[in-house]
Amino acid sequence: MSIIKMLDEFSSENLMNKKSSRRDMFGTLSSFGKKAAIAAVPFGLATNKAKAAAFQDSGNSAVDALQLALTLEYLEAEFYMMALESDVLEGGSRSEIAFMQISKHESAHVDFLISGLEGAGVEPVAKPTFDFTAGGSFDPFNDGDTSMEVSRAQMLALAQAFEDTGVRAYKGQAANLMGTAFLEPALQIHSVEAKHASEIRRIRGLKGWITGNQRGDGMPEATQDVYNGEEVTMQADIDLVGYDYGDSPLVGDKTVAVTQAFDEPMSGETASTIAGLFIVS
Amino acid sequence: MKKPVVKLEFDDKKGQGNSRRRFIKMGGLAFAGSTLLYACSEDDDFNPGMQPEPEPEPEPEPEVFDLGSGDLGILNYAYALEQLEAAFYTAVRTGNYYAGAPDEEKELFDDLYNHEVIHREFFRTAIAAATADNPDAMLPDLEFNLEGAGIDINNRDSVLQTAKLLEDTGVSAYNGAGDRIETAAYLVIAGKIVSVEARHASAIRSLLNPDSADFAGDDVIDVNGLDPAADPGDIYNAVVDLGVVATPFTANNLPAPQHES
Repeated sequence: MSIIKMLDEFSSENLMNKKSSRRDMFGTLSSFGKKAAIAAVPFGLATNKAKAAAFQDSGNSAVDALQLALTLEYLEAEFYMMALESDVLEGGSRSEIAFMQISKHESAHVDFLISGLEGAGVEPVAKPTFDFTAGGSFDPFNDGDTSMEVSRAQMLALAQAFEDTGVRAYKGQAANLMGTAFLEPALQIHSVEAKHASEIRRIRGLKGWITGNQRGDGMPEATQDVYNGEEVTMQADIDLVGYDYGDSPLVGDKTVAVTQAFDEPMSGETASTIAGLFIVS
Repeated sequence: MKKPVVKLEFDDKKGQGNSRRRFIKMGGLAFAGSTLLYACSEDDDFNPGMQPEPEPEPEPEPEVFDLGSGDLGILNYAYALEQLEAAFYTAVRTGNYYAGAPDEEKELFDDLYNHEVIHREFFRTAIAAATADNPDAMLPDLEFNLEGAGIDINNRDSVLQTAKLLEDTGVSAYNGAGDRIETAAYLVIAGKIVSVEARHASAIRSLLNPDSADFAGDDVIDVNGLDPAADPGDIYNAVVDLGVVATPFTANNLPAPQHES
């Protein structure tokens, strides 16, 4: 039976009912921190193709899409879990409340995707080993001698980058999931990532939506790849900046408004490369 | 720009009140569901306790627009929702709440207005192009009646609750439409829009209940961490039940999902 056939026969009802116990795996995380600096991860994405290429190429675009999604969810789930285990966020703060809710969702997404892949007879990718310092460039969990304030800022900045990446990456895979039972659940995850992104951005003092290709105040330059390509003003060959809005004039700058109104997809390769910044092996 | 006209079943006492903005202010129209229209036109004998009506001048049968089938049906469906959202935020910006709102909230509603107007005009243009050979297949401009639906644009809570309802509805509607789209390019466009609607929903929810998990609350997101994905029929009924859409239309031929969920 071909994988496509299996995907076709797979119903998302199975997805809802079948829960794996993979969450337990998260209990045994290896330690991170300074020692991760030995693996100097370059920021330049072009120099990081090796890691990007490490991602699955099963020959089935739907399976590849789900494996990429699972990899991103592993990353997010572990990031939020470690963030909450650190003492960086103030107890009861808006940030902590948001992180707890998001953490719950990302861990559920991991379980959900694993169940879905297994239900389709596909072996899910294993959880990578992550390094959220990106080779010592960040100290989001305050394992080093960074000030708590800086760690907190880095933690929120990384959260924003991960969520905005998630939104764009799922969108980029939607077409690969067309005609499969996975499309709808993937869309249902996609919009949740967007809700997360909006709140994290607003906590950071930004708007909930992306303007142009701006990563926003306080975002490290290393995260610019998350935002490149967001500056699109033509949709389906329609120039929405040059458009005459007649008796519904836009408020403020038209280019700003038009780029905000549409989130752009990101290729699987770009998403893999961004995730690769935080993957040791 | 030429705008298609739909035959409406009402007497406009105010004369040529064809301006959407003015219409929203005036209100006063009840939603006339398609079944009601059909009942009126096809069941002439049902006239209990009333005087026989004088035979009016023969009017052309009011045609109720149907969203259509296939991808065009889905585009019209999205266009209807975007028209509703855009009309709402247009009205919000004329109300007392907006006038007295703090700058941060004003800016938020400016953005939501911009985005929804852009979405609406995008669909207007895209659908016009797709129906160039058959303009009658394009959803006309809808009229809305916010007051009749109990929406008070002068009241902050009413505005925020309505915004939350509309954005949540938009997310659920786009999520449920995805698997009914045949053309990959349209699916990607829908994806580009739905995540912005989700960002809106999150922001509005956050404004309603700051420092809470409501931005992605358990009231909508399930134990698998999934947002809802509603059938168009359910969205249609929910929107009709709001009593906010004054232009009757039907959604009888929208495509089925490729995979039942």
